[in-house]
Amino acid sequence: MSKLPLRARLATTLGDAATRVSRLTGRGDGSVIGGVIGLRLAPDLLAQLAAGRQVVLVTGTNGKTTTTRLVTAAVGSLGLEVASNAFGANMASGLVSALSGAPDAPYAVLEVDERYLPAMIEATRPRVVVLLNLSRDQMDRAAEIWMVARMWREALAEHQDVHVVANADDPLVAWAAMAAGNATWVGAGQRWHEDSWCCPECGSHLRRDELGWRCGECGLARPTAQWVLDGGSVIGALGGVRELGLTLPGRANRSNAVMALAVAGLFGADVDQALPRLREVTSVAGRYTTVQRRGRSLRLLLAKNPAGWLEAFDVLDPARPPVLLAVNAQIPDGKDTSWLWDVDYRVLRGRRVLVAGERRIDLAVRLRADDVPFELVDNVDAAVDLVPAGPVDVIANYTAFQQIRVALGRQA
Amino acid sequence: MTQTGPGGSPAGSGSAAPDRPSALRLVWIYPDLLSTYGDRGNLIMLERRARLRGIAVESVQVNSDQAVPAQGDIYLLGGGEDLPQVLAARRLRADGGLAAAAARGAVVFAVCAGYQVLGSVFGGAEGEPVDGLEILDISSGRGDRRGVGEVVADVDPGLGVDRLTGFENHQGVTRLGPSARPLARVVHGVGNGDGTEGAYAGRVLGTYLHGPALVRNPSLADLLLTWATGPLAALAEDEESWTRRLRAERLAAMSA
Repeated sequence: MSKLPLRARLATTLGDAATRVSRLTGRGDGSVIGGVIGLRLAPDLLAQLAAGRQVVLVTGTNGKTTTTRLVTAAVGSLGLEVASNAFGANMASGLVSALSGAPDAPYAVLEVDERYLPAMIEATRPRVVVLLNLSRDQMDRAAEIWMVARMWREALAEHQDVHVVANADDPLVAWAAMAAGNATWVGAGQRWHEDSWCCPECGSHLRRDELGWRCGECGLARPTAQWVLDGGSVIGALGGVRELGLTLPGRANRSNAVMALAVAGLFGADVDQALPRLREVTSVAGRYTTVQRRGRSLRLLLAKNPAGWLEAFDVLDPARPPVLLAVNAQIPDGKDTSWLWDVDYRVLRGRRVLVAGERRIDLAVRLRADDVPFELVDNVDAAVDLVPAGPVDVIANYTAFQQIRVALGRQA
Repeated sequence: MTQTGPGGSPAGSGSAAPDRPSALRLVWIYPDLLSTYGDRGNLIMLERRARLRGIAVESVQVNSDQAVPAQGDIYLLGGGEDLPQVLAARRLRADGGLAAAAARGAVVFAVCAGYQVLGSVFGGAEGEPVDGLEILDISSGRGDRRGVGEVVADVDPGLGVDRLTGFENHQGVTRLGPSARPLARVVHGVGNGDGTEGAYAGRVLGTYLHGPALVRNPSLADLLLTWATGPLAALAEDEESWTRRLRAERLAAMSA
């Protein structure tokens, strides 16, 4: 910290003070406001705070926050401090807050909004960039994903010193990562295919088989993976197979964990060293938490877009307890609910389904079209009152999820 | 050609009406290129509203490496990003099947990028003019800024369709030629950019309402079905009530 110029030191001090005020007054968790003030005082503050550290940037449509947490745990197994924006504040101000809060940490694992990856590469000069997946998400405010892939590709082409860890099974991600100077490919799987039927290079319809994807026209094909998610196990770069045994549920998190192990490997932490740390992660920013409420155990799942809903359905309790779905359409959710029609809700048939959120009528019409019976409720407590004691699965999109956490109080 | 995959068809089990010898054929054009945000909803709504009336339905998805079938009754085109839109237009021109189907009187319903593709020209990724299919007498280009948000529009009274409610997300500006008529007059939103929204001629109809446009506009879905099959019976009240509630909620939100 002492190597920072005076102006930058002043900026981080004032920013940190704002962070404390934000927390004390209960206005926020303080993960953004300090950074906003710091950046206003010193626009190149992020570059100065990142200088001299080993930085990992994590981005993609889904799983950013969880993977950032898993990479932090895996790299943390080396025994040194790791700075991280653990609460999903993934714009420049959130990164500044994370770095200024851990001035002496030699490592930084930072979640980055997918649109800002080029600027954040420029500012933080990362050693590693982790590319998870790309799919349709909040299209009324986000960039089109072919455009995002192109931006990533150009940024990686410009910064050949960056080592990319990328999901080889996602064609758009792989195409972007092929421009990097160094790449570690991970066979992390891809459940959602609806945004990658066509070749990112030439636009022809892609072929898919058990070996992966390939373009019959231009020959673009899935790179050979060094790390592979194989059911519940990871096959490591050196060929070793380990049962993952995560506490976090679902295929998507196993996929995120393999990405994290691949990153840890680059820093010299092997699987047997890093994996126990991944198993200790139980919930991430409230996601996957189980909350007790009047005799019901509510398990909270966040799903922000069609690919996320597909992965959330995978996590549903096979014992078929009631499930509460909540959908809002505020600015952070995207104001357009069209995506509901990209989700196949028929998997919910046979479960008791309760529907809440500010756009519950949109969801009601959608469920009816899929012949899924449902009950409309005003909020999470009304749902709790309707169902018997025992487990309840809750799937909500972004602001609906936050509202439910607030309603359930501190334990969520 | 592949049968509709998961999520494509509601379980409603309709059987063919006695006076219809064959099923209503719905053709979804290039979902691999033109399906950005809930476009499947239009197929689901048409299937459902036909089957609930006892009309048998056969749906096919045609990917961009397959020939467009000649024998469809209703052809659907969805929205798309700039590059996929250009690719789709190029392939549909080379294929010729959609233009032939439109010429023999098949119903064509297109939203957003698909709507632009039906015209003579539209703006590509850098705004450059790209040739369309010339199925509908419209020409499109790129406007100064994106139109993103809720749309309300009053439909040409000749069509007997309720006020449109939907969402738009595009940067296109569309001008209608003499042989196309505006689908609607904009009450709220951008639409074609000149106060009109969408266009139609014969049984070809396009709109800037994107994604599942027919979900909030069941009477527009019924217009397309009527064009393809003739007069329709009314649906049961419990089927219409949720959609009516959604329409009322969205229209009230826009007038608040």
